[in-house]
Amino acid sequence: MHELSVALALLEQVEAVAERNRAERVSRVTVTVGALSGVDPAALRLAFPVAAEETRAAAARLDIVDQPARARCRDCGHESAPEFPLAVCAACGSTDAEILGGRDLVLTSVELDTADPET
Amino acid sequence: MCKECGCGEPEHGHSHDHAHPHTHDHSHDHAHPHTGGPSHEHADHTHDASGAPVPRGDRVVRLEQKVLSRNDEAAARNRAWLRERGITAVNLISAPGTGKTLLLEKTLEALEGRVPCAVITGDQRTDNDARRLAGKGAPVRQIETVSACHLDAERVGELLPTVCEGGTRLLFIENVGNLVCPAAFDLGESFKVALLSTTEGEDKPIKYPSLFTRAGAVVITKMDLAPHLDWDLSACRRNIQGVRPGVFTFELSAKTGEGMQGWLEYLERLVS
Repeated sequence: MHELSVALALLEQVEAVAERNRAERVSRVTVTVGALSGVDPAALRLAFPVAAEETRAAAARLDIVDQPARARCRDCGHESAPEFPLAVCAACGSTDAEILGGRDLVLTSVELDTADPET
Repeated sequence: MCKECGCGEPEHGHSHDHAHPHTHDHSHDHAHPHTGGPSHEHADHTHDASGAPVPRGDRVVRLEQKVLSRNDEAAARNRAWLRERGITAVNLISAPGTGKTLLLEKTLEALEGRVPCAVITGDQRTDNDARRLAGKGAPVRQIETVSACHLDAERVGELLPTVCEGGTRLLFIENVGNLVCPAAFDLGESFKVALLSTTEGEDKPIKYPSLFTRAGAVVITKMDLAPHLDWDLSACRRNIQGVRPGVFTFELSAKTGEGMQGWLEYLERLVS
């Protein structure tokens, strides 16, 4: 449910980029959503147009890049893409997992539609 | 979707086919580094007939900017502010009605004169909790979120200088009753405390892993009601330990005082 807060924060950054580049419209926004980021991509997709209303990204397409979770077992070193919340090492059964990746929630790129390209 | 907080029926039907796992060991000991800014931006271009570069109508600006950097930055400022003053801050998170406020009432009464405390409490509306916690020797401030379902670092940061007068050692932040969203919004606290009551069943920890995997301590409240319920203490402990191995768990009743001694001694040791 807080994906709307996330979408609003996202749009703030997108607007700032558009402003900095003197673009009137944003045509595409690409976001990387980690499996462990706490953000549900489907809910973010729903929230995005709501948050984008009356901004330069009102008609922008949202591309979501999924970032998988990665963990390493502290006991045996085995790396895997774990199933949570009970992260059990497939190799040795330990629950002592070190998270290596999958936490990101990152604005990766913004595609701007500039009516008058600068020379 | 409700524009204020994102709740309500979506305009188009859709369902979630699968659970989204999100558990991680997240250390809050340092400010969150983030990249981004003009130095990371560059424009795409094409070439005209003579080979000279010509900017296109559509430009892709590449960044790698953390989306929640604004709340994270505010939280980092709060964390630094609290550290500089030697204040330990605990973020109390639970479902509505678990008993956070009564636990705080009894805690403040017991610690009055022993540990200088302060409280920031959050609800959508009313200052009911602030009124209940007043007059117990600790400054208390209420945040009315109006629509938001969680406290955020900026609003908490605005209150810190007011509520933490000189000498505060222990700040309690009573979050909005909600097991989901508060876990995702760092406030700058020293650690989170997850609470659940005996009337909520045994499986809250596995149903709400994003909170319980981030908890520095867990409190089971309303233990006085356990004899009247079909509630399995062992199962609850197992679920807590399964999701957050080794987490310190308190089993208490703020109403009768059962288990309160251990909780109070723990708090006093935190600031000693």
